[in-house]
Amino acid sequence: MSRRMPVTKPWVVRDYIKCSGCRLCEIACSMKHEGRIWPEASRVRVFMLVPGAEVPHLCAQCSDYPCISGCPSEALHKDMDTGAVIVDDEKCIACGVCINACPGQVPHMHPEGGRVVICDLCGGEPECAKICERAGYGALFKGTRSPSVNYDLYAKNPDEITKNIAVNLYGEKGEELSE
Amino acid sequence: MTLGYNGRIAEVDLTEGKVSEYKPDEKVLKDYIGGRGLGVKILWDRLGSRWRTVDPLGPENLLLALTGPLTGYVSGTRICVTGKSPLSNGIVGSTASGEFPLELKTAGYDGVLVTGRAENPVYLLITDNKIEIRDASKLWGLDGKETIKALNGEVRGLLQERNPGFGLWKEPGMIYTGPAGENLVRNAAVMEKWSHACGYGGYGAVMGSKNLKALVAKGTGPLPEIAHPEELQALLDETYDAAFGNPQRNFWGTGAMGYSVGASSSAEPVRNWQEEWHDERSIGVINFETRNWVKRNWSDYGCTRACMKLAVVKTGPLKGAITDNPDYELQAYCGTNLGIYDPDGVVYMSSVIDDLGHSGINGANTIGFAAELFQRGILTKEDLEGIEPVWGDAKAMGELAHLIAERRAMGDVLAEGTYRAAKAISEIKEVDVMPYAVQFKGIEVGAHGIRTGKHSPYLGYALSVQGGDHTSRPRPPMSEARSTMGDTMVVCTMGVPRLENVIWRYLKVVTGWELSEEDWINVNGRRIVQIQRAAILLGGPDVVWDPDIDDDNPPRWYEPLPSGPFKGSAPDRATLMEERKKAYIDLGWDSRGIPTSDELKKLGLNDVDKTLEQLRT
Repeated sequence: MSRRMPVTKPWVVRDYIKCSGCRLCEIACSMKHEGRIWPEASRVRVFMLVPGAEVPHLCAQCSDYPCISGCPSEALHKDMDTGAVIVDDEKCIACGVCINACPGQVPHMHPEGGRVVICDLCGGEPECAKICERAGYGALFKGTRSPSVNYDLYAKNPDEITKNIAVNLYGEKGEELSE
Repeated sequence: MTLGYNGRIAEVDLTEGKVSEYKPDEKVLKDYIGGRGLGVKILWDRLGSRWRTVDPLGPENLLLALTGPLTGYVSGTRICVTGKSPLSNGIVGSTASGEFPLELKTAGYDGVLVTGRAENPVYLLITDNKIEIRDASKLWGLDGKETIKALNGEVRGLLQERNPGFGLWKEPGMIYTGPAGENLVRNAAVMEKWSHACGYGGYGAVMGSKNLKALVAKGTGPLPEIAHPEELQALLDETYDAAFGNPQRNFWGTGAMGYSVGASSSAEPVRNWQEEWHDERSIGVINFETRNWVKRNWSDYGCTRACMKLAVVKTGPLKGAITDNPDYELQAYCGTNLGIYDPDGVVYMSSVIDDLGHSGINGANTIGFAAELFQRGILTKEDLEGIEPVWGDAKAMGELAHLIAERRAMGDVLAEGTYRAAKAISEIKEVDVMPYAVQFKGIEVGAHGIRTGKHSPYLGYALSVQGGDHTSRPRPPMSEARSTMGDTMVVCTMGVPRLENVIWRYLKVVTGWELSEEDWINVNGRRIVQIQRAAILLGGPDVVWDPDIDDDNPPRWYEPLPSGPFKGSAPDRATLMEERKKAYIDLGWDSRGIPTSDELKKLGLNDVDKTLEQLRT
């Protein structure tokens, strides 16, 4: 009987408070996946709903993958090596079920239409984390999934994360700015 | 289609409520690129022949917001706002950093050109291939932070409603004007984010005059097709290596200068330039860094430097104020220039200025001017609704900023900017207050003094086509062409190490055009400067500058420095006037400061030459 060797899966650790808002991650992601600079086609998008409270928003690879189980056209599957959600562009019918199934509403449509885009972890070497580490910010960096962390909690709506960061930075004024 | 461009500018006639597209031809783009250069060209073509009669605050003026081909590629994404300046009556290319230009570009436009005047307050919304004029009645009167919050909410809601299947919509990018611009404060800024400003030129007032609260954009497209996509990644990597190779890079931004420019260089405005030296260690960046910064690296899209920081007043009576850095200019103008040396006070004052949409340099120069008149007993608290702007009192200075933005009492006069306010107050008070007005051709000066003779050329501002703008000054051999490059490419001049070397390579990768620094200095940049010189000399309708009088430093800068290591230092005016004669020759101007026919014809500016005939007779 052959057993699959347990492999360490990567995870893009996000330290929101350190995000400078430079969006070099969006540039790196779209250069990798689209071959050009295309911020809204990037699989990581930095929300700036309150200036200073920048939120890099990307897939957290939930333990139960509600996006995959919700997909009516079997367009999504989990990559066994990395744990990333892989979109089959041919099968995707752009119905948006995965977006609403995601607790953080992370997926979004490719601006060309016809298909959804989700972080594929670049096959295990995420470009967003690479550039952020290279820049020395460390808002995104490549870590490994640990059994003691529940990553599902990171599938979170950027509006909610923004509120927390705004209060963290600006105190009471932050409540007012993000309400 | 011209590579690197969308090839179209959104044109909006607010009087008629009509939107259209303006497509500059490739030759114009190649010669003038974008931003300041393209703005100058469009302004001259449309208004040049009747320049003197165009009221900068009338519907006939244009408001331009322009990107360049390198927007989104070269680290530091900026927008250039221009038009006929209500301060200088010439043209200023005024830029600020932020995401608006990227959103505009990805929505399919290279810029926005606004004419006319809306009957009621409006804002423009630009989305993929779509330009809309929308009601802004509810936004009128809101300060910067409120404006951003309201527009983020409204526009995200609208996009979500129109395209519910897209997924979550991000915030749009925007430039806007605060209460100061709405109330036509002549030196009001066009703002981006909370605290980034197209500060020089008074274009916030131009927006106000058009009843235009904001320009908002959200695009979802890619950046336009480029000439050599295969070479892009290597060029980006080169920039990243150069920038990130120095982990310290711009850790302090320009903020480390707040103490040192005063203490070491003696070139910092202190109490309206009465001095340029101070030894106030309290204003050292270490205090902002440890007390006020809540974010140590803050960037705009594509930036590799993160010289911005976010600063907050955490405690005490000024609690709740938020601004960026403050950078050097605002430490100087909202700090030392007002006698404020306490970091909380500087952050507070910067925050008030930002929120109201004053320009941190220009508006705060006017506030310093008013405070000196108060010191001298020329202005009294009765003139200022009871406010007593005593040096160092941040709260009072903030109240004065409100008085001006709301045009109350003497604030209504100060709202005309330092030069015009000085003329008016001289009449009202029957005292000559021009000696206290530190400005050049209506543009309040940047925070870099010249009196030591060691840090800036004596005639830099006096001969600048953008007046007191510290970012655009001729340097020996006297030429301002180099200064037009950053504003025309619309890139940050601090973002990319050795920018002047790599920018031409970026231009080639993006547009395919081969241009060199030499071409820029001798032709392209020089052409832009000469058109700007023509415009500022024509001036009007309320003020026309006389080069003999106005190509000069303000009286204060001939007063010897009263303190510090350069005590006693000041330029000698007679010597400078001799130097000015030589500088005119280098600049391609005749003995009266007018660009010569030969110079203009050589640059292909025959129409400018013809228009300037009226000044030569």
